[in-house]
Amino acid sequence: MAPLIEFRNVTKTYTKGLLSRTATTALDDVSLQLDEAHPTIMTVAGESGSGKTTLAMLLLGFIPPSTGTILYKGKDISRMSNEERVTFRKEVQAVFQDPFAVFNPFYTVDHLLSVPIEKFKLAKSKGEARNQMEEALNAVGLRPEDILGRFPHQLSGGQRQRINVARALLLKPKLIVADEPVSMVDASLRATILESLRKLNRDYGISIIYITHDLTTAFHVANSIIVLYRGSVMEAGNVDRVIKEPQHPYTRLLIDSIPWPDLNRKWGQTEIIAREQVYGQVERGCKFTSRCPFVMDKCRQAPPPLYKINEDRVATCYLYDQQPTIAREKLSEMLPV
Amino acid sequence: MTQTQQQPVLRVIDLQVTYYTDSGRVRALDGASFTLNPVEKMGLVGESGSGKSTMALAMMRMIKPPGRIEGGKVIVDDVDLTQLSDSDMRKARLSRISYIPQGAMNSLNPVLRIEAQMRDAIKAHVPEMSGSEVQQRIGEALESVDLNRNVARMYPHELSGGMKQRVCIAIGILLKPKLIIADEPTSALDVVTQRQVMETLDRVQKQLGAAIILIGHDMGLMAQFVDKVAVMYAGRLTEISTVKQMFTTPMHPYAIALIDSLPTLENKGVFKGIPGLAPALLRLPPGCAFHPRCPFAMDICRTEVPALEEKAGRLVSCHLYDKNGNRVHQPGEAVLQR
Amino acid sequence: MSATITSPAAGAPAVPAPFQQPPRRVLVARYLRRNKSLGVGIAIVIFLTLFTIIGSVTIDTAKKAYPLAVKTKQPPSAQFPLGTDWYGRDLLAAMVRGLWQTAVIGFLAGAAATALGVVLGFISAYYGGAVDKTITGICQVLQPIPPFLIQVIIAGSIDKRSVTIYTMALIVFLLSWMGPTLVIRAQVLSMKERMFVNVAKLSGMTNLEIIFKELLPNLLPFIAASFVSAVFGAIFASFGLSVLGLGPMREPLIGNIIYYSLQQSAFFNGWWWWPLWPMLTLILIFSALTLINIGMDEIANPRVRRTE
Repeated sequence: MAPLIEFRNVTKTYTKGLLSRTATTALDDVSLQLDEAHPTIMTVAGESGSGKTTLAMLLLGFIPPSTGTILYKGKDISRMSNEERVTFRKEVQAVFQDPFAVFNPFYTVDHLLSVPIEKFKLAKSKGEARNQMEEALNAVGLRPEDILGRFPHQLSGGQRQRINVARALLLKPKLIVADEPVSMVDASLRATILESLRKLNRDYGISIIYITHDLTTAFHVANSIIVLYRGSVMEAGNVDRVIKEPQHPYTRLLIDSIPWPDLNRKWGQTEIIAREQVYGQVERGCKFTSRCPFVMDKCRQAPPPLYKINEDRVATCYLYDQQPTIAREKLSEMLPV
Repeated sequence: MTQTQQQPVLRVIDLQVTYYTDSGRVRALDGASFTLNPVEKMGLVGESGSGKSTMALAMMRMIKPPGRIEGGKVIVDDVDLTQLSDSDMRKARLSRISYIPQGAMNSLNPVLRIEAQMRDAIKAHVPEMSGSEVQQRIGEALESVDLNRNVARMYPHELSGGMKQRVCIAIGILLKPKLIIADEPTSALDVVTQRQVMETLDRVQKQLGAAIILIGHDMGLMAQFVDKVAVMYAGRLTEISTVKQMFTTPMHPYAIALIDSLPTLENKGVFKGIPGLAPALLRLPPGCAFHPRCPFAMDICRTEVPALEEKAGRLVSCHLYDKNGNRVHQPGEAVLQR
Repeated sequence: MSATITSPAAGAPAVPAPFQQPPRRVLVARYLRRNKSLGVGIAIVIFLTLFTIIGSVTIDTAKKAYPLAVKTKQPPSAQFPLGTDWYGRDLLAAMVRGLWQTAVIGFLAGAAATALGVVLGFISAYYGGAVDKTITGICQVLQPIPPFLIQVIIAGSIDKRSVTIYTMALIVFLLSWMGPTLVIRAQVLSMKERMFVNVAKLSGMTNLEIIFKELLPNLLPFIAASFVSAVFGAIFASFGLSVLGLGPMREPLIGNIIYYSLQQSAFFNGWWWWPLWPMLTLILIFSALTLINIGMDEIANPRVRRTE
């Protein structure tokens, strides 16, 4: 059976202006896939500029890849028939970062839920639609009587974000792309929203691609992780192990810079080198060379391939060049579900 | 509170701020009191709407109508800022007490070079400073935040997020203030950049011998950076402890719940939120504002607002504790009525 | 703390009575009292509107506003509260009718300009590409031309007798649609990047549906403001043309009355009341516009707000 969603050597570059030659590579030859039979939660982690938002936009079909193909259930999404497109739209949903911006301030919050019901013909009558909305709200821990009929500015950020999750739930999609769903929500409410996402995966068999820069939440929610840096995969594998025992120098820097709420784990284990990124340089080698404390000559020549560290871990770093390599296309085989 | 021989650099006494809105009066800050010693770092945490930013604005006397400072004192180095005239307060801002607002890096004027903006800042508060001294201050400030001096000639859009934020810190320390208030200085930044900026702030503070109030809601950041933590809820200070006390033995039930809900690397998959919602300030419950969500709520909590008192070596406002800091009862005991 | 002390019922948590928001009317009235500019501006507009409406109903303006209806050159008196002019117009009737016609021109031209602006602005912004470039290009080329100049040329070359209030409205409209188009286009451009548009796409809405159901409602306040400013702009444009004698000469437009009074040297002849009323009316209209603008500024910019 064809995988649910597949990226085949997808690259996305943005050029400045019509004739300019300076191009920014947002995503560089990334391949991954998720299977329908094993619904999982995969995290794509990275800082700003890593390409994770571009990945989200590509996944949702909002922008086309520059090279490579994106396939949904085996079909290239840029070449789908209208009917296939409608199915794609229905089965791939999103939860976005800003809980307020997704609401049209002119309408009550009901609008967010009622439009997809209407467009995808999920209910045959107003009453049935209402039932579905109430059910979805209950499933994320909200009381319909507190929520329906209100305007977005009358509700809190946490409530709004939960309505977003409820919306995703309504459509019973196969895949949810969650782009920083809790970064704009107060810390105390994050737990409930993340729990709702996990419930969607566990109880409804929905796969989730959780995009974030916050590794602590990724640790709690996901099964596998892909760490991106400037469009390339640095490390990937089992989320527990990657976060507790990072292998790639970039991941190490990232983990060490997380402000753990733990007095025994303070900053400063790894040093931050070359503080400012020198942007705009065309790099032939590994993207992390200018900041890597372990940089070697060969790092500047060509980007390292994926090295297999153990049965559920890969890293693209010449430090591990003793290990066997894996083709980029096979990345997803290394990720646990 | 730890007793020190030094004079505290900041004493806030019973600060009150009310907003007069079309829908009614809102008590945004209800009698906040605390002190800060030189070179001390205090974190001010709370949910959105708890009053943290209001506190900062009130200390800077930047509360605009329909808000008003109703009472209280803000004493920086023996000068009560609330009693100063408008022009004296202007001089005091940035030179005695400086404020780096939330989203500062997005508020840099896009059409002016950095040095022009820094010059403006100095001129607005100390107009008599000579041109050469202004230049010198600008250079010094940029170096303190680990930026090259020629950043002064750049425009904001040429800088990265982390650099812009450090420019804002540089602006904040131009006139060598005794107290720096940083409101969510790293909220839009990546983890690595955040660490850089916080390390910069730490260094700058040591250089100046200033005190810092860091406002935010990321407890992790507090653990890494501050000496003591003040937790706010619905406009009131609930607890002020040292960072060690806060993370190991929090007392106020809200602080306890907050610490409990922090994700760590140990308990994977265990999510502990705080049930219920923070009250809207227009509709505060009577008595202690936290009682509807409190697992230890007693009858007295519904009627009397607890005072911020010293118990067990820290300040806490909760009826649960007697004068020695011992709990009056345990959660779930029969005495509870909900 | 303004907390009410309630004695808790046994077993039930004490919850204060739900906060009652005062009814909408009271809130609006309170706001207008505080925002004096807006309040006075609106009051003036209401006054002028009532004046016209009541006047049209009670006075026979069809006859009395035109020459040779009544005795000429009468100062204000009980019979002719605003006096009469050299041509024998009852000035009260003339003012009523003139105000009405001015408003008609203003509304027609203003509405047409805004409507065209909305249509072109939306199409241009949402679809982009060559369509956008064409429309924007035309607007940008025509806009800097001082409309008054063109209007004078057009009005001057048309045969005097075929100028009616409707042709005036047309002339005014032809040169004022570009402003609303560009401004609405700018708003739509920024709005279509907003997240809720993406979500609407994800929810299966088509482009046209997004335009009408998602974007348009949000722009209504903006379109309303454009409309108000277009109407006032049209009123002033028509006034300018008629003062120069380029309007429909027979009609008692405010500008025409002034034109005639100047022609006949009303002031110097001692007929002070003749130009007085139109001038007062104009000052009132102008003030209303300015006050409303200042008042609207406060709504749009909350930092300017004051407390009760």
